[in-house]
Parts: sequence; structure tokens; C-alpha cells
Amino acid sequence: MAKAAAKTKAAAAPASVERRPALAGRALSAPGVKVEMLPPAERISLRAPEASLAALSKALGLTLPTKPKTSATKDGRTALWLGPDEWMIIDEAGNDPLADCAKVTALHSAVGISHRNVGISVAGPAAAATVNSGCPQDLSLEAFPVGAASRTILGKSEIVLLRIAADAFRVECWRSFSDYVFTLLSEAAGDAAN
Amino acid sequence: MLLIRCPYCEEERPELEFRNAGEAHIARPTNIAAESDDDFEKFFFIRANPKGVIYERWRHIHGCARFFNAVRDTVTDKFVMTYKAGEPKPAKLPGASK
Repeated sequence: MAKAAAKTKAAAAPASVERRPALAGRALSAPGVKVEMLPPAERISLRAPEASLAALSKALGLTLPTKPKTSATKDGRTALWLGPDEWMIIDEAGNDPLADCAKVTALHSAVGISHRNVGISVAGPAAAATVNSGCPQDLSLEAFPVGAASRTILGKSEIVLLRIAADAFRVECWRSFSDYVFTLLSEAAGDAAN
Repeated sequence: MLLIRCPYCEEERPELEFRNAGEAHIARPTNIAAESDDDFEKFFFIRANPKGVIYERWRHIHGCARFFNAVRDTVTDKFVMTYKAGEPKPAKLPGASK
């Protein structure tokens, strides 16, 4: 009876515009690795020709990397090289990179994708083995050093992978894929320990 | 798993990140309206499909997302070389005897 009453109460809750990130707060600890959802962050997808890079770097406050598979981090903001004219900017300090780019007159395209993506942290000695369960890239420290970033795949889903420490990765995926990605990583975390 | 060298990422990546995009070096007619039906059919449908070395477009779709060209042997499935889109057909293939 009490259960039914609670249900009615929940249904009567007023509509809200509160942001509810996908899978917020989910975490899984396995021996050797911890998989957890990261708090929301500001993200943009940036496309720009080489001639605009200096102006954009100045506006964003960090030098956009031009070498494949690299990233640049400064004051909580990370720029990931995704393609020859494509970057993903992740800001965890609460500043909006979209507003910074809006001031730039040089040719570029900046699209806000903060709500499209979610970040998952995979950390621990078995982090590389966990990610490798679905990602075919070589994640040894020689091939994928700290700071390396790449768009790649995890199982059937496309992800953006960033190595933030020797034993820690940030996995960025579309929020609609987040359940699949998180579950795959959770299953892998259990296996990776063995 | 095959490793394919992406000329934009400048390294070998696993084949799962790539997608084939058909034969390379097919020039679109400059005046397509004036094409005869036979010429259009040749341009649009007819592909070489050779047994041996083939020039193909590939896309690093789950990586840098760029299209590039690759030379592949359809018998051994070996990638002979890859080069950026827009570059001319390589005159000499590495390791070619002739």
C-alpha cells in the first residue's frame, strides 16, 4: 500500500528543467580498476583551418595540438586532437569554451556538445586492460602515452579516449550509448582483475 | 586483425576503425548533363574489380574521420601502401618487382 502511495507521489512531482546527466553517480569498483561516471563538463566540437589556430588558441587559453593523437591541458580545460582540422574541447572548470570561441572572428565552427557526451573515468592498475577489452588500439605507454587522445571504438560504440595518467583513462561517449559503454567497461573491469 | 596505416594519423591503426569506400581515382565528369548514357553507366556503375592490386578509397571513420587512398592486393588482402586523398596514383609501388 505504502509503495503504491509513493508511486503516485512521484508521478505528481512538478515538471523540472533540472539537468540529469545520463547514469549520473554510477560507479563500479573491481580489484585493480574503478569505473565511474564523471561529473558534467562543458564540451565543444571545434573545426578550423590552420590559419585560424593562433586566434582560437589565444581565445581558449591553450595551444591547440596539431600532432595526431595528442592533447593539451591547461587550467581544467583540455583540447583533444581528433582530426587534421578537428578538436574536442572539454572544460571541467565550469567555464564555457563556446563563449570564448564566439569572440573569435577567424573562420571556425564551434558546436556545443556538452549534453551530447558523458565522461567515464577508468582508473587503476588494470585500466588499460579494461579499456582494451573493447578497444583494439595499442594502449601500452609507448604507443599511447599520458596525454594521448584519440577517437576510436569500444565494442560497437564510438568513443573518444584520453589518457590522463599512466593508469587512468577518460572515456567520452554519446549519452545514448553510455549505458552500453558503462556496462561493457564494468564487465571488463571484473575480467581485467583476473 | 589487419593494421592499416592512416596517412593523417601517421600510424598504423586496427582495421575496426576503418571503412572501405569503393574504388579510388574515379573522376566525376565535368559536364554530367552532356554525358551519354553509356559513358554515365561506365562512370557510375562499372568498376575494375581486379584480381590483384586495387586502388581504393578508405575512411578512418572511427578515428580522424578522413578519407584517404589505399593500394591493396585483393588476393593476399595485404595493404601495399596508403596515401592522402587528392594525391596522384603512386607511379611505383614499394616492393613491386616490375
